[in-house]
Amino acid sequence: MAIYRSHVLVCGGTPCLLKGARTIRDLFQQEIDRYQMTDEIRVVETGCLGPCDEGPVVIIYPEGVMYSRLQPADVPKIVENHLYKGRVVEELIYKEGKAGREQSGPPGVTLEGEKYLDRQKRVVLRNCGRINPDSIEEYIANHGYKALGKALTELRPEEVVQMVIDSKLQGRGGAGFPTGLKWSFTAKTQADRKYIVCNADEGEPGTFKDRLIMEGDPHSIIEGMAIAGYAVGAEEGIIYIRGEYQLSIERMARAIRQANQYGLLGKDIFGSGFNFQIQIRSGAGAYICGEETALLESLEGNRGEPRVKPPYPGVAGLWGKPTVVNNVETLANIAPIILNGPAWFRSIGTESCPGTKVFTMLGDINNQGLIEVPMGITLREIVYEIGGGIPGGKGFKMAQTGGTSGGCLPMEYLDLPMDYDTLAKAGSALGSGAMLIIDDTHCIVDVLKNFMRFFCHESCGKCTPCREGNPRLYEILTALSAGTATQAQIQLMKDLARTMQLTALCGLGQSAPNSLMTCLRFYADEIAEHLNGECPTGVCKSLATKSEAV
Amino acid sequence: MLAKTDCSLPTPKLSAILDKYKKSPGSLLEILREAQAINGYLSREILQLIAEEVGVPESKVYGVATFYSLFKTAPTGRYIIRICESAPCHIRGAQDVLAAIEKTLAIKPGETTPDGKFTLEFTSCLGLCGVAPAMMINDQVFGNLTGDRVREIINSF
Repeated sequence: MAIYRSHVLVCGGTPCLLKGARTIRDLFQQEIDRYQMTDEIRVVETGCLGPCDEGPVVIIYPEGVMYSRLQPADVPKIVENHLYKGRVVEELIYKEGKAGREQSGPPGVTLEGEKYLDRQKRVVLRNCGRINPDSIEEYIANHGYKALGKALTELRPEEVVQMVIDSKLQGRGGAGFPTGLKWSFTAKTQADRKYIVCNADEGEPGTFKDRLIMEGDPHSIIEGMAIAGYAVGAEEGIIYIRGEYQLSIERMARAIRQANQYGLLGKDIFGSGFNFQIQIRSGAGAYICGEETALLESLEGNRGEPRVKPPYPGVAGLWGKPTVVNNVETLANIAPIILNGPAWFRSIGTESCPGTKVFTMLGDINNQGLIEVPMGITLREIVYEIGGGIPGGKGFKMAQTGGTSGGCLPMEYLDLPMDYDTLAKAGSALGSGAMLIIDDTHCIVDVLKNFMRFFCHESCGKCTPCREGNPRLYEILTALSAGTATQAQIQLMKDLARTMQLTALCGLGQSAPNSLMTCLRFYADEIAEHLNGECPTGVCKSLATKSEAV
Repeated sequence: MLAKTDCSLPTPKLSAILDKYKKSPGSLLEILREAQAINGYLSREILQLIAEEVGVPESKVYGVATFYSLFKTAPTGRYIIRICESAPCHIRGAQDVLAAIEKTLAIKPGETTPDGKFTLEFTSCLGLCGVAPAMMINDQVFGNLTGDRVREIINSF
């Protein structure tokens, strides 16, 4: 294998590709060839590096210097100065909240790529931005499939399940159910067939972690699924990827082909007698299919309407057979747990919620993108340290955690540790890890209307509380923004929201009113002002702004 | 509404698709996706044929076809513009982008331009929130949209 003195890793995640990363990659190769450094320097397309808003992003090893917002004209400069003469091109180095954000106060700290990554704890994203996702050799060179080998040759299935139980890993799709416990239900159930389903139907607004994990390190998901299969006694795996994620589908398909060629999927893996195969199925545009039983219905060729639980999928899932349904991020955690042990995993994060969490930071925040940090990090650290604060010198109004089905937290909660338990107690949810930051120029009623319109559209219509509840909530909010709502309607909203939380059939309907409930509690004053015909931010056009009213 | 009858029903192509999935139960979504690729939408006749061949009621096939937003039971424009108006895109100005598209094409969401080139519709979150506001045109994705940029993009089609 050839040895190179430098590697140029060009981010090949969708956000960077949209900003011309492939052109940048080709230009690097062209310039490197022109300097006759082809044998010395290798250009690699890699997975997501994180700062999606700053793309195209490139990181050069061994120095670990990260360049961002690259234009084609920048490439010859970097090749000539950095790669040929050994001088880092300072003005192109990634800086937090760079171009177009100068008004946000003092310029951000200059960070080298390595430091940027060092502030995070990368377990799930261990290979994203470090290896070529299309190369199984690079995955293997970074301890890939070693955990599968260990499980198959050194551990009994029940020991694997026990390790995952001991790690206290919780499902990363949103609900936070203990993964080991889920596996144990399926492992205990006798059946002629069992399934491992990877839920890659990522649709929660603000969430794009699964997309970038699949694009950046597809083999980590395959390895996690195969280990799960061995642990519970399943020989078939299915990855259900939403139809809109074309690049994820492509990369996962290629990775599965490679794993089959290497004998890491298929028959008698590692000579252990264990067989496992994986197929990809893709969705056709329905948010509800992220709900596990709706997903199973969709896999059976039906409308994606949730099933009544129990029975849970672990006992009776796909085609009535015991089925483990795990999220992409959950599965990407499995190999490191098997390799390093549950105690290592528990040493990261908090006591009740160990491990890391991949967050997507977005909205009114300087550094939009993907980060992985230990559980228990505070909202303040995410927003003001890693996120680089709010652009344009505006103030923090609220953070919606866990996507549109999560909840909203005001300024007073900035020091709340981010984990499943704490956020649930605060009435919000960690959910999928989406962190939507909203500045003080936005109107609470306007954003709530947006949230509720989403649920009106995405409700599958099977159960009444969700089908009827969401449109009624939206109507009242519309009335509120038009200045025609009454105090009695606010109470009606609360009653309705509570009813939905208690009686809707699935997680969609139960969590749809979460943001509304938290806002009614934390922003009661702003809502009361709307009742009086005033919109303090001036967003609701038919109402007076505060200054006009006075 | 009954879709306009096709003069030539693509039976050979459809048969090939149905054959391919004959032995895989639960493949209705795959069958519909590939069948839709033939004409760009799923006509009433195609749905009837699929129902007959798969051995399920037509109502079931119609129910599935209308449940998922990527399936179309009526003709659409050659290019389907799917604009995201989820919260993250909303916060970053998706409404201005939508207004620019509506003005450029003189259509509203759910409508098709008279020349049959573009259909405009809303999509649920595309997972491109890092570069919001975002949209898709057929299989191509676009991010960091502004009114000006979206006009440029549309004119390039």
